[in-house]
Amino acid sequence: MSIDRRKFLKLAGLAGVGLGLSTSDLLFKGDAVASSSHSKAMAKERLAMVIDMRKFRTEEDYKRVIDACHSIHNVPTLIAEKNNPKNEVKWIWKDSYEHTFPDQSDDFHPEALKEKSFLLLCNHCDNPPCVRVCPTKATFKREDGLVIQDPHRCIGCRFCMAGCPYGSRSFNWVDPRLYLEKTDPAYPTRTMGVVEKCTFCVERLAKGLGPACAEQSNGGMVFGNLSDPNSEVRKLLASNYAIRRKPSLGTLPSVFYIIGGDENAG
Amino acid sequence: MYNGGKIIAGLIIFFGLVTFPFYSNFGKTANKVTPKLDTPVINQLEKKECVKPKEYMRTEHMKVLDEWRDEVVREGKRDKMIVGGIEIEKSLQNGCLKCHSNVKTFCDVCHTSSGVKPYCWDCHFIKEEGLL
Amino acid sequence: MLDKALTGSKRYWTLVFILLSLIGAGTLAYLYQFKNGLGVTGMSRDVSWGFYISQFTFLVGVAASAVMLVIPYYLHNYKKFGKIVILGEFLAVGAVTMCLLFIVVDMGQPMRMLNVILHPTPNSILFWDATVLNGYLFLNIVIGWATLHAEKKGLPPAGWVKPLIYLSIPWAVSIHTVTAFLYAGLPGRHFWLTAIMAARFLASAFAAGPALLIILALIVRKYSKFDAGNEAIQSIGKIVAYAMTANVFFIILELFTAFYSQIPGHMHAFQYLFVGLEGHSKLVPLMWTSAILAVVALVMLIPPSIRNKESNLVVACVAVFISLWIDKGFGLVIGGFVPNPFDGVTEYWPTLPETLITLGVWATGFLVLTILYKVAISVREELGTAGAEK
Ligand code: HEC
Ligand code: HEC
Ligand code: HEC
Repeated sequence: MSIDRRKFLKLAGLAGVGLGLSTSDLLFKGDAVASSSHSKAMAKERLAMVIDMRKFRTEEDYKRVIDACHSIHNVPTLIAEKNNPKNEVKWIWKDSYEHTFPDQSDDFHPEALKEKSFLLLCNHCDNPPCVRVCPTKATFKREDGLVIQDPHRCIGCRFCMAGCPYGSRSFNWVDPRLYLEKTDPAYPTRTMGVVEKCTFCVERLAKGLGPACAEQSNGGMVFGNLSDPNSEVRKLLASNYAIRRKPSLGTLPSVFYIIGGDENAG
Repeated sequence: MYNGGKIIAGLIIFFGLVTFPFYSNFGKTANKVTPKLDTPVINQLEKKECVKPKEYMRTEHMKVLDEWRDEVVREGKRDKMIVGGIEIEKSLQNGCLKCHSNVKTFCDVCHTSSGVKPYCWDCHFIKEEGLL
Repeated sequence: MLDKALTGSKRYWTLVFILLSLIGAGTLAYLYQFKNGLGVTGMSRDVSWGFYISQFTFLVGVAASAVMLVIPYYLHNYKKFGKIVILGEFLAVGAVTMCLLFIVVDMGQPMRMLNVILHPTPNSILFWDATVLNGYLFLNIVIGWATLHAEKKGLPPAGWVKPLIYLSIPWAVSIHTVTAFLYAGLPGRHFWLTAIMAARFLASAFAAGPALLIILALIVRKYSKFDAGNEAIQSIGKIVAYAMTANVFFIILELFTAFYSQIPGHMHAFQYLFVGLEGHSKLVPLMWTSAILAVVALVMLIPPSIRNKESNLVVACVAVFISLWIDKGFGLVIGGFVPNPFDGVTEYWPTLPETLITLGVWATGFLVLTILYKVAISVREELGTAGAEK
């Protein structure tokens, strides 16, 4: 087997550690190989999602989006009901403002906001702690900013779950195949003992489609390239006040929330 | 060390026994079994070919699968390819199994006879299994 | 020398048999977990590490504490530790064995364990932890065995052993530092995100490990001719006293930062552990037990007049051990997951299979320990050097 560039870089990186060279780079960057991009200069591509909460008004608006994701990815949605809520697996779900933005909640927010549900999913952080802690590179960051979980390589140590400040990751505590509501034969399930999460529908992006949730959101979720000043996400962010979850942690989430004012009463 | 030698010999034998399942298959090649190639898709192919030459596939198909999965999952290289005149995805269930839709009479017959049990099916679907 | 472990008194075999049955029960429970998934434990999406990882963390400390005997004996030539140092090294072997087993039983895909080596990832602390732990295991097996072997022949240890012994000193510190880094570098887990985590870990380790060693040495003395010597035990008692004081001091520092700053994230975990949070208070009784035992231990350890009496020292050591086992083998890990990233509280309690597996791992460690101690004791009994030095 010939040594390709990636392997060579890996070996060179290890040798570097041995010599005490460039250790800090290896230790403190998320991906030892790929991500020289973060924050210094913006990468050519950084895929992101802007969620316009004003467009989510009825139960149905949320359900459509969540079902779209869970059904095409064979997410075992029946676990909470038929097994045990503690073993739940979810890629996108809803929760209150307080729980979504715990350190930005306030007693004096409008009532409507307090009662509103927000959509939660993996933030595909630009500086992802889950990638930093993974001992096998099962979780890694792609050049386009997606944070991907390789279920083939995952050893199930759950360090990424401890590392993720957003609770975005689920572990398969039980056999997921027993708790599928619907199955989609085009996509694999997972098995016991591996971690999974939202992939921004990487398999659909390859086909030129957008994420399934965005497709079903009636414009409530907009997906695009944050590095492109003319992209729709950038335009939305330029004309609306949007916030991210736990910004003080320096993870640089790629999911933005437009909260809106009174009009989000729903 | 009076009995040291004996104890070490004992440990080696124990270790040998414990690891027996790992090397007992070593060197065994597939017995003479005939995986079935007559699936609807294969029968309709312009050219009866696999993604690589048959001889290579017979012994090295797991390498192809490993490469594909690293390319697809890790490197994002999901370009489709034309094999035998039809377009297929670099995918186990949507690629290989599009042609070899008869997992039981294709993949399994070989694997059973040579004692391998790929764990891929824990996650990747087999349409025959009635899971759908 | 291993053959020494194959002959022994009825009492020795009873102990071995009890440990083997615990290991058997643990193995059965593990097979059950292997088949049905880690869902059979009390762990959850929110509390994603539980008993296994917390026991692991605690035991890394016990393993590291051997250095508290190695330093005085080899660096300061404190001869009184000549006897007991081997017990410390072998305790480290038993403890690291348990650590590695706890990591394995906690893994979702144990068959893929080798991925850590096949895809080495220097930016992951877990990669380093696995590396240093295996290295430490190796060092202690080699050092313990080589010194004992030489002693049996009536010779000083071979020349190559000394450098390994010196190497084992910083190495011991490293295993616990790296283990602390597993926790101390995670954004969003306020309870763990503290610069003194590694220092706290070392302090608690140097209290709990030597405390266990005193207990073990006294048990060994009761049931065999092997006597580590009163003075050695008293000296270790002093180490326990200082380390426990430092540990409690560090915890007070944490409490000050959390409660004087009044930053909710920093206070929540402590509140959960000691008074309960949002009506959830499963760990409160345990944590208070730990706190009270810590105070009792300090009261008995600090004044030499109390500590010097061996019966008091034993009580204090038991108190230290239990207190720190609760604090680190329970509170530290679970507390870090409360509240969860959504500011909610999910509680954790180990299940029966989880408890059996945990017991099984402890029994495995103690079996290793029993066998190694048996060898060491038999060698010395034969040489006639088992008794206390005059
Ligand atoms: C376009 C359809 C097609 C696809 C896709 C395809 N195969 Fe094949 N495969 C064939 C055909 C046709 C043959 C027989 C070739 C021949 O006879 O020369 C074959 C032969 C084989 C053989 C050798 C069988 C024997 O009799 O020894 C193996 C093994 C195999 N394929 C595995 C795979 C795997 C694994 C994949 C996915 C990586 C795959 N195939 C994808 C059509 C396909
Ligand atoms: C011609 C017989 C044959 C056919 C047909 C065949 N395999 Fe295999 N396969 C083997 C043998 C033999 C091995 C074991 C090779 C070894 O261990 O070196 C193997 C190993 C594998 C492995 C690696 C498993 C492991 O544990 O290392 C995978 C994955 C695999 N096969 C997938 C497939 C799939 C999928 C198909 C059907 C599309 C298929 N194979 C069809 C003979 C076959
Ligand atoms: C833990 C569950 C799991 C197991 C076990 C598993 N896979 Fe996968 N596999 C996946 C998932 C999830 C994907 C991602 C699909 C995507 O992104 O389109 C995938 C993708 C792939 C792909 C590329 C895309 C596709 O749809 O096939 C290949 C090839 C592949 N796996 C091969 C294998 C082989 C060979 C094995 C057995 C040796 C295996 N996998 C075992 C879950 C699994």
